[in-house]
Parts: sequence; C-alpha cells; structure tokens
Amino acid sequence: MLQEKLQDVFNEPGCSTNQAKSEKERKKGCSKALKPGAAAGGCAYDGAMIALQPIADAAHLVHGPIACLGNSWDNRGTKSSGSQLYRTGFTTDMSELDIIHGGEKKLYKAIKEIVQQYDPPAVFVYQTCVPAMIGDDIEAVCKFAAKKLGKPVIPVMAPGFVGSKNLGNKLAGETLLDHVIGTVEPEVTTPTDICIVGEYNLAGELWLVKPLLDEIGIRILSCISGDGRYNEVAQAHRARLTMVVCSQALVNVGRKMQERWGIPYFEGSFYGVSDMSDTLRTMARMLVERGADKAIIDRTEGVIAREESRVWRRLEPYKPRFDGKRVLLFTGGVKSWSMVTALEGAGLTIVGTSTKKSTKEDKERIKKMKGEEFHQWDDLKPRDIYKMLRDSEADIMMSGGRSQFIALKAKVPWLDLNQERHTPYAGYDGIVNLCEEIDKTLSNPIWRQVRLAAPWDMKPDAKPDARPVGA
Amino acid sequence: MGTIQRFPHSAKAAATNPLKMSQPLGAALAFLGVDRCMPLFHGSQGCTAFGLVLLVRHFREAIPLQTTAMDQVSTILGGYENLEQAVRTIHERNAPALIGVATTGVTETKGEDMAGQYSLFRQRNPALAGLKLVFANTPDFSGGFEDGFSAAVTGIVEEVVQPSETTVKGQINVLAGCHLSPGDVEELRDIIESFGLSPIFLPDLSLSMSGRQPDDFTATSLGGVTVEQIASMGASELTLVVGEHMRVAAAALELKTDVRSVFFDRLTGLEASDRLVRTLSELSGRPVPAKLRRQRETLVDGMLDGHFFYSRKRIAVALEPDLLYAVTSFLADMGAEVIAAVSPTQTAVLEKLKAATVMVGDHSDVETLARDADLIVSNSHGRQGAARIGVPLHRMGLPMFDRLGAGLKVHVGYRGTRELLFEIGNLFLSREMDHDEHGHAHGHPHGDGHEHGQHCGSGSCGCSAG
Repeated sequence: MLQEKLQDVFNEPGCSTNQAKSEKERKKGCSKALKPGAAAGGCAYDGAMIALQPIADAAHLVHGPIACLGNSWDNRGTKSSGSQLYRTGFTTDMSELDIIHGGEKKLYKAIKEIVQQYDPPAVFVYQTCVPAMIGDDIEAVCKFAAKKLGKPVIPVMAPGFVGSKNLGNKLAGETLLDHVIGTVEPEVTTPTDICIVGEYNLAGELWLVKPLLDEIGIRILSCISGDGRYNEVAQAHRARLTMVVCSQALVNVGRKMQERWGIPYFEGSFYGVSDMSDTLRTMARMLVERGADKAIIDRTEGVIAREESRVWRRLEPYKPRFDGKRVLLFTGGVKSWSMVTALEGAGLTIVGTSTKKSTKEDKERIKKMKGEEFHQWDDLKPRDIYKMLRDSEADIMMSGGRSQFIALKAKVPWLDLNQERHTPYAGYDGIVNLCEEIDKTLSNPIWRQVRLAAPWDMKPDAKPDARPVGA
Repeated sequence: MGTIQRFPHSAKAAATNPLKMSQPLGAALAFLGVDRCMPLFHGSQGCTAFGLVLLVRHFREAIPLQTTAMDQVSTILGGYENLEQAVRTIHERNAPALIGVATTGVTETKGEDMAGQYSLFRQRNPALAGLKLVFANTPDFSGGFEDGFSAAVTGIVEEVVQPSETTVKGQINVLAGCHLSPGDVEELRDIIESFGLSPIFLPDLSLSMSGRQPDDFTATSLGGVTVEQIASMGASELTLVVGEHMRVAAAALELKTDVRSVFFDRLTGLEASDRLVRTLSELSGRPVPAKLRRQRETLVDGMLDGHFFYSRKRIAVALEPDLLYAVTSFLADMGAEVIAAVSPTQTAVLEKLKAATVMVGDHSDVETLARDADLIVSNSHGRQGAARIGVPLHRMGLPMFDRLGAGLKVHVGYRGTRELLFEIGNLFLSREMDHDEHGHAHGHPHGDGHEHGQHCGSGSCGCSAG
C-alpha cells in the first residue's frame, strides 16, 4: 500500500523536476539516499505533520514512542484565528509493552479518549517508524474508530524512514486526497471560490493576503492548510481554482484535484511585489475563464496599482539605507527566487543564494537574470558560510533557524526566513515588514560593540573602536 | 494536606501535551558536555532533527548532532552498514575526540546488537583504534531524558576512564546530573575551586553550552571536559555524585577506579548546600572562604524575608525526576505545600518526594491537578495549560524556549538557592501587591477565584509596610 503510494508520488507529472527527467530516472524516485553521518533535516513524518497540523480544529495524534512528538510539539509558528486544538500534543507514547503486544488497542483507546474529551471534527493519526516496524495496522484501527465513534479518523501513512520531509509533505497531500477532500459539501459556493494549497499561515502570513482577496471579491473556500478548518479542507473540491504555493511540496494535490474535479491549478507565490501581483492577476484571469464576472479583473488591477504604488513609496526610505548592503540568501527554491526580486527592488544586493531545493528551471532563471558570476550553491558547508561571513562577503544572512548560529558566531546580522519567525513576510505589507526587519538588524548598534577586542587583547596603541575581525 | 497517592500512572492511553522527552536526547546532552564530541543518533533522520531543534531552541547555540539516516531497507536488513559509514564519515570530516552513539526507537525495535556492532566496528577498522567511541542503548520507548543522560555518562566512564596507581592531591570528580544547568556547573566549579580543589566535571556543560564565541567554525562540540581529563578521573581523591540518576555511572566509576564517592541527592537549599560545603572543607582541610560565608548569610536572610510569601502556598511542580526532587524539597523547606509533583518517568527518587500527589504524567495532568494552585513550576511547554487555568508559571528545566539565558540559570549552592528563592518569591509578592491595589483601594473582591492568600494581613508579609 505505502509502497504504491510512494511510487505514485515519485511519478508526479506535475512536478517540474520530474518533467525534466527521463522515464527511467523518474521511476527511481526523488528521495535521494541520505549519507549517514552527513545528513540533516527532518523525516517524512515531520513533513506530514508540518503539512497537516495547521488544520486547527482537528486533533493530531502521533502513534509512536515519545521521541516523535515529545521532542517536537509546540515548535512551529503557524497561526489560527480560532480553535487552538492543533497546538495540543497528543501521542500514544508507546512503551516496551506496546511494542511487544502491538499498539493497536492503545491507539484505539487514545482516539476514543480524544473524541470524548475534545470532540474535534476529525482526528488525524500519524504513523511513525516503530509501529510501522511492528506491523500495527493503523488504517484498520482508524477505519474501525471512525465507524465506532462516528467521526472521520484519518490515517497519515508517513513513517519517518520512508524518506525526507518533502516526501512527507506529499504523502500528507495524498492523505487529504484519499480521505478528506470531497467528503463535505459547502453550504454556499460562489464563482470566485479558490483553494490555496501549501500555505501554512506562518506568523499569520495568510492574513496579509486575505484582505486583498476579500476586496477583489475572491473567496478562500479552503486553505490547505494554513488557519485551516477540517470542514473547509473537506470542501476544497468545490473550488473553482487552485493555487499551489509551495509547488515542491504539494503539487500532487493541485494536479489530482484537476484530474478528479476539473479544477485548474497554477503555481504562484505571495513573496515579493511582482510575484504577488502576478499571483493576483493569474487568479482573476483564471476565475474569469471559468465563468466569474469580468469585473474582478478591473478590481484586481485597481488593487494591484494601489498596493504597488503604496509599497514602492513605503520602501523608498530604505533605499539609501540599504545602498551597498549585500545579502546572503539561504532558503528553499521558489521562495528565494521571489525574495531576490523583492529585495533588489528595495536596493539590496544579493551576493548569492542556495539552490538546494530549486528545480533546474529555477536555476536557469536565476542564471539568466543575475549573470554567471552570481553565486548559486547546491550544498555549502557551514564552515564555508562562516568563512564567507567572517570575510565580510555579505552584510547579512537570511536563512532558516538551523543555520542562524553560523552567522551569529561570525558576528554578522541574521534574519529568520523560515517557520520559527514571528513576522509575516507575505503579500505587499509583508515585503515592507521584511525590509523593516532587515533595516532593524543592520542598523543595530551591537554589531560594532560585539566585534570589539576584549580589553586584555587590545594593543596599547589601538583605537578603542578598531574592528578586530573581518573588517 | 491531601492524601498521599503513591505515584499512579495516569490511566490515559493518549499522553496529552507530553512532559517526557526521549532517552537519546538526554544522551545527546551528556555527550555535548565532552570537548570535541559528536553525538550520533542511530535511527532515521527525523529522530535527530527533532532533538536538534529542541536543544537549539533551549540553549540558543549551534548543536552538533548527526544521524545514521536509517531508511526502510536498512531498518529491515540491519543498520550496521549505516552506523559504520556514519562513524567513518564523521571521523573523516570532523575528526572529533569522541563519537557518542545513542540508539533510538527504530534501531532498538529492530533489536540491533550494539555490543556486537561495537566489536565488529573495531575489528573492521583497526586504523581507527585511537578513536574514542561510546555506544549507549537509549530506546525511545522506555525511560526518558534522565535515563538517556545516565546511560551516556555511564558509557563514557566505561570507555574512557582509566584506573590509576597514584592519586593527584586536590583533584576531585563531579558526576553532574542533567538537572544541573551549565550555569549550575559553573557555580559548582566556583565553590569547589574556592577550597583550592580542582574538579573534573563529567559532563561539563558549563564549558560547551553556556554561550561560546569561537574563533572559527567547528562542527563538533566546543569546550567541555576533555577526553584526557576523563581518562585521568581515576587519579582523583573523591567523586561527588550529584543526582539520583548518576548512581549507575558512579558505581561504574568506583568499580573501575576505586575512587571513593560521596552522593548528593540535591544541591538546592540551605542544608543541602551546607553539606556540600562541609564535605569540601573536610576534604581540603581548608576553612570555608569568606565569600561562601557571606553567601550563606544572605541566603538565611533571604529565607527570613521570603518565607511570608511561601508559607502554605499551593504549588504544582512538573519536571524531570531529580530536578523535581530538588525543587519540591526546596519548596517544602520554605513552608510551601507541593500539591502535585508530576514526573515524566517512573524512578526511585519519586519515593522521596514530599508532595500531596505524586504522579507519572504529562502537562494535561498538571493542568487538572493545579486548578487551585498558586503556582506551577515546569518547563516552557507548561505555558499553554497554565494560561488556560490562569495560574502563573515559573519556568525551570528543559526545554525553556521562550526565555533568554535558559542554560545559565543557577539554582545550586547558597547563591543559586537564593536566586531561586527570590525569583519564585517575587512572583508571589507581585501578585499580593497587585491584589492589594485592587482589593484594598477599590474594595473589589479578588477576581481570580483564589480563596487563599487573599488577605495580606497588616504588615506581616511586608506588602503594606511601605
């Protein structure tokens, strides 16, 4: 079962990396063998949890030993405008005895307890490595529990060892396609209903976009899964259009929704001024193509014109402050591309970006725009990043939290672009937020102080403000 | 006083908002207290990623941690190949002084024979004979953080410590349990050194996890007790064992070296600190330094000033067992009532707890038991429940991701006890002062539904003294 699912996900024709591959290559799958002793990053279960946990009113129950949830719960900044149940960590906390006798009974009891105590619209049950190894039939338990308790109980079959975080995202998407999407009919539909896939409402980013859509007259029927509600996700099949935000992770959902219910999809981004405008335009155009009132195109253009002029006006003060400042960008494919254009628009110079998660086309696109001398790294060792920063090849690094200490130990400003941050960067306002954050950290007076030599290291004739490192 | 229930497990099938953290994570922390060490989890890569993020969020430091990256095939066929490749890769890339391998739920469920894999590795890699390699069995599905920490320290003792014919005068060992923060270890070093003694801490988190500014980037731990120092522990005069969960490691150390050990179940509180100071004074033959004498005096003074606010306060504490013991004992010392002590795992130390209810449970149990408490003491994960029931939370233990300086908190010795006393005391004091403003000035009833502690009395608690 799981093997078929994996093959299916590897074969994803909507994936642009796959399109560039030969059939033979495609069969091999996209999960590269990890190198023991030199691997980093999360597992498939991690990815599945990331993709589904923002469904805020559902209970998310992890079937496994304590490590899978105990070490990881309560660590992502995805926001909910209502129910907070998603922040509660549920696990069967499997013990030795559960492993000897099997964990199915305990799992059923756990589901029952959660339903009785919290009455959520649905329970997601996450398979992890250990129950997968001992052969707990999670799908059967979920089926039984659903029948017995009269509630959707959904098995998420993504044990950690099947692959990477990204693969887990895709398996989570498959879970939604198999068990959730299409199971509930909306009370009302409109010709401008859309479904957004792969947007997790980190730091409340969706809320910077939603007012603009409201103004244009586009309704988010369901967002998968930021600030999501179970029933909204279940109604996604009645959307007129799907926007796939993080294409690498969940393009399978967009494509299969098209296949099953004839809903066209497009890949878009909320990051950066031009990408944001393109996204709004595409949405309006495609909705009109599907029969929505033509007036939304004018309204969209109106909003874009107003917002763009507003955002450029608001970015103007940063330009002189950013003049000559160089940024090192370390983040996933599409996001970094959108960010590059936005940051350059604000007067920053991007010295390089990682392309670890980018597709071949992404890389070509960057090369064409930025020229050959622009750095693109597939895999840069921490020590090399440290050296680059130490040698002042960049004034600020922007990346995910894991690499922050490379910058901070090199005493170079750093800004979080990933899931743990507290500031939303999506939409037009988001770009202004981002520039404000960059300015705030670049202009902080600590940078001069922390680079000072200690009194006992100072040469007698040195000026007290001499910069001892990386000057 | 309530009836004393002898730590029943909560009967739930679903742990809700778990307090427990797994064994490998505890092992990783112990390994991080050894200089130039690389902890390695033998499991799938998520095991490592989650542990890493948790430690990064607590310490706000780069955390070296690697994985054998087990996939489906290696999980079924056996993970020796992955383990060997991982160790060799780490050795080639980073040349650490020690590689600490901790198993996980994945490899333990499969039943990987770690002793066998150790010998096989040694056999097949004679060129790496000099590489220090510690294997610890730390299944995710039994025990918890403390057990993993203990297993790793025991493993290090067995692999690295050497017996010695001679004794170095003034050298002492300290087996420092995981309830000691880097700040605590630093404080202990200060105390011990003030008697002219030179301590070797195993592990020594104060040198590796308290905020380093290295000159270059290192992929391994930086600072901590060196492998050479650990090897020389056999030449010490005495071993101080701090924490119940260090007993096994202490036994292993004594067995290997014949160094006598003295056991401390806690170092928080006046009497506990007195005992430490007396032991050190006797061993060194030196009088107690003036600094410690002053610190003791101020602690006694602080206890006198602070006891008004502690007396009969109802407190729920949820922490790792040895820290739970230290904190509940200290609170009892101060006249507070520990209405509930919740431990993530079952251990012998729970027998000694002074609390109305002792339970092996999770944060949702704390939420139930603490409904009419004045305070909850727990890690940052306690914040959701505490907010829901409107009880203030004092953060201790790990993880503490929503406060700065988590690793540098000190709660041992006279000075550390004093700091803890003031921190918690101030929470009570500020609440009473706020009540006073609302209550007396406006004649409103107390709005938070607490029946106790609502009358500040006339000056006895000090809040109307000014």
